[in-house]
Amino acid sequence: MKYAGLLVMPAGFFLSIAAILLFPPSPQRALFVLCGLAVEAMGLVVAVRGHMQIRGENR
Amino acid sequence: MNPLTPMPFPETSFALTLGLLLLAPMAIAGVALVNTGLGRSRSAAQSLLGSLVVISTAVIAFALVGAAIAAGTSADHVFHLVSKAWNWAGAGPLFLKGFTFAGPRAQLAFLFELLSVALVALIPWGSGADRLRLPAGAAIAAIMGAVVFPLVAHWVWGNGWLAQLGINFSAGSGFFDGGGVAAIHALGGVAALAVVWIAGPRQGKFPREGLSTAMPGHNVVYALLGCLIALVGWLAWNMAGSLLWLNTPPSGLVVTAVNTVLSATAALVATFSVTRIRFGKPDASLCANGWLGGLVASSACAGVVSPMAALFIGLVAGIITPLLVELFELALSIDDPSGAISVHGAAGLWGLAAAGIFAQQDGQFVAQLIGVSTLLGLVLPMIYVIFWLANRVLAFRVDPDGERIGMDLHELGGNAYPEFVVHRDESYR
Repeated sequence: MKYAGLLVMPAGFFLSIAAILLFPPSPQRALFVLCGLAVEAMGLVVAVRGHMQIRGENR
Repeated sequence: MNPLTPMPFPETSFALTLGLLLLAPMAIAGVALVNTGLGRSRSAAQSLLGSLVVISTAVIAFALVGAAIAAGTSADHVFHLVSKAWNWAGAGPLFLKGFTFAGPRAQLAFLFELLSVALVALIPWGSGADRLRLPAGAAIAAIMGAVVFPLVAHWVWGNGWLAQLGINFSAGSGFFDGGGVAAIHALGGVAALAVVWIAGPRQGKFPREGLSTAMPGHNVVYALLGCLIALVGWLAWNMAGSLLWLNTPPSGLVVTAVNTVLSATAALVATFSVTRIRFGKPDASLCANGWLGGLVASSACAGVVSPMAALFIGLVAGIITPLLVELFELALSIDDPSGAISVHGAAGLWGLAAAGIFAQQDGQFVAQLIGVSTLLGLVLPMIYVIFWLANRVLAFRVDPDGERIGMDLHELGGNAYPEFVVHRDESYR
């Protein structure tokens, strides 16, 4: 689960890069970049939950 | 924003920057003292000696290899995508070849980066306190100094793709980072998270049942004194960064200094209040973390925002830092003795985003968000994979017996405080 989270995070980064490639300077561009950040945050949450799961098993 | 742009750099700016950079190591000393104070007494000497070891290793690795990647030259590694040039790595000479004949500004930039890499290496070392072996600390520092820091430094300061976001994509002035929040603190914070994930928590920190075990820092006086020492270094760091990377004239440095102080003090007041409300009394070690969080946030914005904005940014950093320290430990099972993930990582990312909000420049917010996204989405997974592989070759964590007797005895053969009684783990509960 941790590794799945770590794989989702670069997807968010590429979304952010896509935003500056696809959109001219506009509020939509900022919104798209924020969506990329949200995907990264989701990946981080999944990775952290995976870490907690491993810790719980090792206790 | 572009360090390679030939800007006038008069003798006064050169002398001023050099003088400020000679004071900047006070920030490193302060952080080392905070790390040691927040660790356990049985590992105090190893912590401080380890600070010197990781600083030395990182600096040598950077000088030999990393400087070539960080440098911005006309022969940089560039790829083209959608008819835009993406400058992703420098192609300077290895082993500092030709450094003696470099221009004064390039030499100052190298000195700034040399001090930066020392601070970067220190941040994960603090998070891995009480269980990270000295050779592992040196390996982590070598990786950071030779590869990871130089890449990010090139993107931000060496005319890399982040610095060129303004030119290529009309995103404000491109990503800016005068005081080194992205290249130093946020990078160190995400590296600390990777180290903590890989090394795991200290023995007995998260028992099978009940809440996590409180393992308070052994000397909060060190931590608080470290904060005061760090302030001097941070002032110098932010001002030198403004001169070098933001092209601020010397007359504009007073605002940078005022913003740095306002951010740190606002953060301390916020953390003091938050911990007073949460626990009934202010928590000294969390206040130290809050102060540093304010300083970290100031590094992103001190050169580009108004004093009232800096005060607000520090205030928010001071609120989120103690709450995140608590969240990481109690809810997420992340054992970070120095609080570096919150202090350098979270407060740093907040500072970067806030600089985009308050800089009052069209498109700057997007440029700053791209920088935040790069650190979280690209650099964190990359560092985790590199450290995971390094851990396979050279185990990060000390064996259980070594952890039980303390890192001082295990690795150095003697305690930092030979006349003190060392408490057993059970005494914490």
